Amino acid sequence: MHLLEPRAQPSQLMRWTAPLIAIVATLLAGSFLFWALDKSPLASFEVFFIQPLTSSYGWSELLIKACPLILIAQGLAIGFKARIYNIGAEGQLIIGALFGGGVAIHFDGSDSAWVIPAMVVAGALGGALWGALPALLKTRFNAEETLTTLMLTYVATFILSYMVNGPWRDPDGMNFPQSIMFGDNALFGILLEGSRVNTSIFITLFAVLAFWLFNARSFLSYQLEVGGQAPAASRYAGFSAKQTVWFSLVISGLTAGLAGVGEVAGPVGQLNLNISPGYGFAAIIVAYLGRLHALGIVLAGALMALIYLGGEAAQVSLQMPAAITGIFQGMLLFFLLGADAFIDNRLRKPL
Amino acid sequence: MTPTEPRLALLHITKRYPSVVANADVSISVMPGEIHAILGENGAGKSTLMKIIYGAVKADEGEMMWDGRQVSIANPAQARKLGIGMVFQHFSLFETLSVVENIALVLDEPFDLAALAVRVKEVSERYGLPLDPYRSVHSLSVGERQRVEIVRCLLQDPKLLILDEPTSVLTPQAVQKLFETLRRLSAEGVSILYISHKLHEIKSLCDSATIMRGGKVTGTAIPRDETPASLARMMIGRELPVCEAPAYTGQVKPVLEVDRLSLVSDDPFGTSLANISLTVHAGEILGIAGISGNGQAELLAALSGEQTVDREAIWLAGEAVGHLDAGQRRAKGLVFVPEERLGRGAVPSLSLSRNALLTAHRQGMKRWGLVSYQKAKDFAEQCIARFDVRCGGPGAAARSLSGGNLQKFIVGREIMLAPKLMIVAQPTWGVDVGAAAFLRQTLLDLSRTGVAILVISEELEELFEISDNIAVLAAGKLSAAQPKAATNAESVGLQMSGLFNETAQPTESSHASA
Repeated sequence: MHLLEPRAQPSQLMRWTAPLIAIVATLLAGSFLFWALDKSPLASFEVFFIQPLTSSYGWSELLIKACPLILIAQGLAIGFKARIYNIGAEGQLIIGALFGGGVAIHFDGSDSAWVIPAMVVAGALGGALWGALPALLKTRFNAEETLTTLMLTYVATFILSYMVNGPWRDPDGMNFPQSIMFGDNALFGILLEGSRVNTSIFITLFAVLAFWLFNARSFLSYQLEVGGQAPAASRYAGFSAKQTVWFSLVISGLTAGLAGVGEVAGPVGQLNLNISPGYGFAAIIVAYLGRLHALGIVLAGALMALIYLGGEAAQVSLQMPAAITGIFQGMLLFFLLGADAFIDNRLRKPL
Repeated sequence: MTPTEPRLALLHITKRYPSVVANADVSISVMPGEIHAILGENGAGKSTLMKIIYGAVKADEGEMMWDGRQVSIANPAQARKLGIGMVFQHFSLFETLSVVENIALVLDEPFDLAALAVRVKEVSERYGLPLDPYRSVHSLSVGERQRVEIVRCLLQDPKLLILDEPTSVLTPQAVQKLFETLRRLSAEGVSILYISHKLHEIKSLCDSATIMRGGKVTGTAIPRDETPASLARMMIGRELPVCEAPAYTGQVKPVLEVDRLSLVSDDPFGTSLANISLTVHAGEILGIAGISGNGQAELLAALSGEQTVDREAIWLAGEAVGHLDAGQRRAKGLVFVPEERLGRGAVPSLSLSRNALLTAHRQGMKRWGLVSYQKAKDFAEQCIARFDVRCGGPGAAARSLSGGNLQKFIVGREIMLAPKLMIVAQPTWGVDVGAAAFLRQTLLDLSRTGVAILVISEELEELFEISDNIAVLAAGKLSAAQPKAATNAESVGLQMSGLFNETAQPTESSHASA
């Protein structure tokens, strides 16, 4: 009947080992999956998790994929602590990319050094705006942010589709739904010769430090935590619930928007329909896997990036379908949620 | 049939925790139909012992005999199967469910909700604990929630009923009714373990008493043959402290003025406030008596700012503050101790340090938006030392403290904010005698330094002990405040039951003209 019973105290041990348990369980279930597909599990894992890291290019690609994931997850973690569930970071990323990309297209041909900073600011504003909409809906109409943020992601996708099929379509692009390729001054500078690693990693680096400080020391972070854990205590102390909603959604929108600029002014180099392979959604898993902790998120982001790389490698070397990436992400979240249940609960002893 | 075998016998029970021996060699025996009191201060080991009996905690040593057979109770479900029912001091109810659904949850056998509701209504009325089975628990007051817990136990036809501080939230009349219930149960052969610190209650109700101090049994007594003072001496090992209320000599000026406050409750089961006016002066303690559920929660929320009201309905030190939220009113010198300690007055999962920050952050604990957790820790340490909070230090989670100690921490924290106005709900609910006397004296001392204090309590004795003036809140209406000397427990008790009679009217007009 009831397998679990609540613990007297939440288990701190479980809180920090749950991600490891989830990873191990994902590997086990993954082995079964490979075995069922007639692949050797060990050889498959070699392709999936080891091979991408055997070259310096692999490591640079890991960095490229980890950066947006970490950046978005930092913002999301703020809201998750306050139990404000923004699951529409993908949409905020797209609007950020559109705002930043719009600046790049408008100033195409300019040789000003201010184009890229302007894109960053525009992208942050765009993402923040897309996060502010659900905040407005929640504070004014009490609309559930889990629904509105997700729905606005679809709206964002269609706006992007309209822009690259219409006003911003590259006139010389053979009617492909994509914008012009951005000029050099609308792209982040390459940091390492021969790789795609660019200066946008400094944004993520700065964000990790800023969010780490914010979580560890800021009064606002404390207020968010109280609001998430004991809303009545938050009201009692006079902390504003509306402020919590606005801050959480705007800040997570902002980081997603920045990540969007990082993509279009980085590896992608233009606006098209494939600017994000689901970073906004995967970042939700990253945030929880990293225990909503600024440094934990860095590790979790690296792992999630490896799953992206491994998924690509598995498609190439093992002829696996593209869905393999999503399956591993899904398993990881599934097992993490399962393991997290044991933080507050334990197995019921038989009578 | 004269029973020869004790219903329950505990032999040499010992329970050790890493830092403390909660029970040391405790032996107790309870006969069928016996009402047995367990007396002791917070931390004396009463709760641990009851949890051992109820199967929630396992003893390290010792034996338990049930109807002459040795038993080992592994969990509460097994305890219930044996016929042990327990009413906890902290309730275990689901707020989103109705009364009858909450009761159905603990029944082991299949049930029909409609039939159960009828039984709940019948049992609750028979025992003088009227309940609407279909009301949601979230809309119930603390007092009403306790009724649910008691009725829930009674429905299972217990052979042994454990009651942890059951009367703290009942009116004098309701206490008498509960005692009738308990005596009837006892006559039916049900044994009762009655944990309380209200000595006169124990004296009038219980057949025998076991007194505990520091985890050990320090004595047994026949309460009828003792005086409250002698019982108290056995319990705390010294004379019962008496509160002193010196006259206030400072400047008398109104600090809190409530002017015709009306508030329609959002909650369909809530009580709307009608035309409430009151004044609390510097150096004065105004006591508001009444059974919870009569607008107490609504009035407290309106006063604290958790619920904002018309600007000019509430005045703090001559300034209209009705429209300000709780934080803004706190910045103007208001502090508040709510009825719910866990989840409202303190965040259960956070440490005392971080809970100090909850309302004390204005005491220079933050700069540029960053918190000095060291300062919060210092504050918590001072509070722990000054108010004798028994806990594992400033790093202990709020939920790890006993009710009384958490209350001392919260009251202490609020007092240390140097308020102009202090609002306190149920200051000593579930707090032991020694700590309660300490808290009352603390409030008295604070008021005599010129702080205005408003106390809402269901305990009449307490209000008469500390208040200068007393008003009664019943059905959302507040009677005119009267000087303590001009009223008495009986007339206040009658007003609490909602019988605002004609005699209240003249006093109101005389107050207004005065």
